[in-house]
Amino acid sequence: MGFSGTFIILYIFWIILSGRFDYFHLSLGIISCAIVAYASHDLLFKETKAKNVHTQFIRFVKYLPWLIYQIILAGIYVTYLALHPRMSMLIDPHIIRFKTKLKKDPSLFTFGNSITLTPGTITVLIEEGYFYVHTIDKKVAEGLLTGQMEDKVAHVFMEDHGED
Amino acid sequence: MYIVSILFILAGTFFFFSGTIGFLRFPDFYTRMHATGKCDTLGALFSLTGMALYNGFSLISLKILLIAVLVFLTSPTGTHAILRGAFDSGVKPWTKDGKSVIDTQVRRK
Repeated sequence: MGFSGTFIILYIFWIILSGRFDYFHLSLGIISCAIVAYASHDLLFKETKAKNVHTQFIRFVKYLPWLIYQIILAGIYVTYLALHPRMSMLIDPHIIRFKTKLKKDPSLFTFGNSITLTPGTITVLIEEGYFYVHTIDKKVAEGLLTGQMEDKVAHVFMEDHGED
Repeated sequence: MYIVSILFILAGTFFFFSGTIGFLRFPDFYTRMHATGKCDTLGALFSLTGMALYNGFSLISLKILLIAVLVFLTSPTGTHAILRGAFDSGVKPWTKDGKSVIDTQVRRK
């Protein structure tokens, strides 16, 4: 799984970036991708002992449109704040600390990145199950603490069963 | 398609512009990272999508979309890395009540 997966990804990348489809370049690609995949196949797929990788992938793809929508909202909200004449009265920045129920590395990574991408919140530090998040005002902090996004990420990486 | 791509690029430029304004106006380091991190991600996504649309369906637009995916993945990570560096070396955030870190918990309905 590790070797072939890395090889396929690298080879698709090679074809897109080279843009040539003659035998010479394609075979060069096979050779070099095989060497690189052999050398680094344990980097990309570190913990694929997990079951249901396909379901997780499909759920992740379903999660993406919601995330892109959130990114656009984030941009509009920060733009609104930046251009507002009485901006310093509107914002109320804080670093908030809360405990997360997520445990696996990929879900922590996705949750951290999603927090950074959504309106007015940036992940500062993830430490021993605690998230340190910088929020730009009270409203977005409340929105984050409803746990909606955490539940979505937990659903994607199948951590919502057998919890508590 | 031409007009749509121009609209996309204009939107991207607008977000870059407001990101810069936010960068100049926000009070401290952390809030400034909000402006640059968010608006620049969105601006780059919009302008790259616009350029890809302008090129039509070709290998070049596929490459441009790959750049967009890269920005999408690396930009929040970079923002997070810079902020974490600042937090670890003890940069205090600008707050109204003087407390920098607040303990909270997730409240589910």
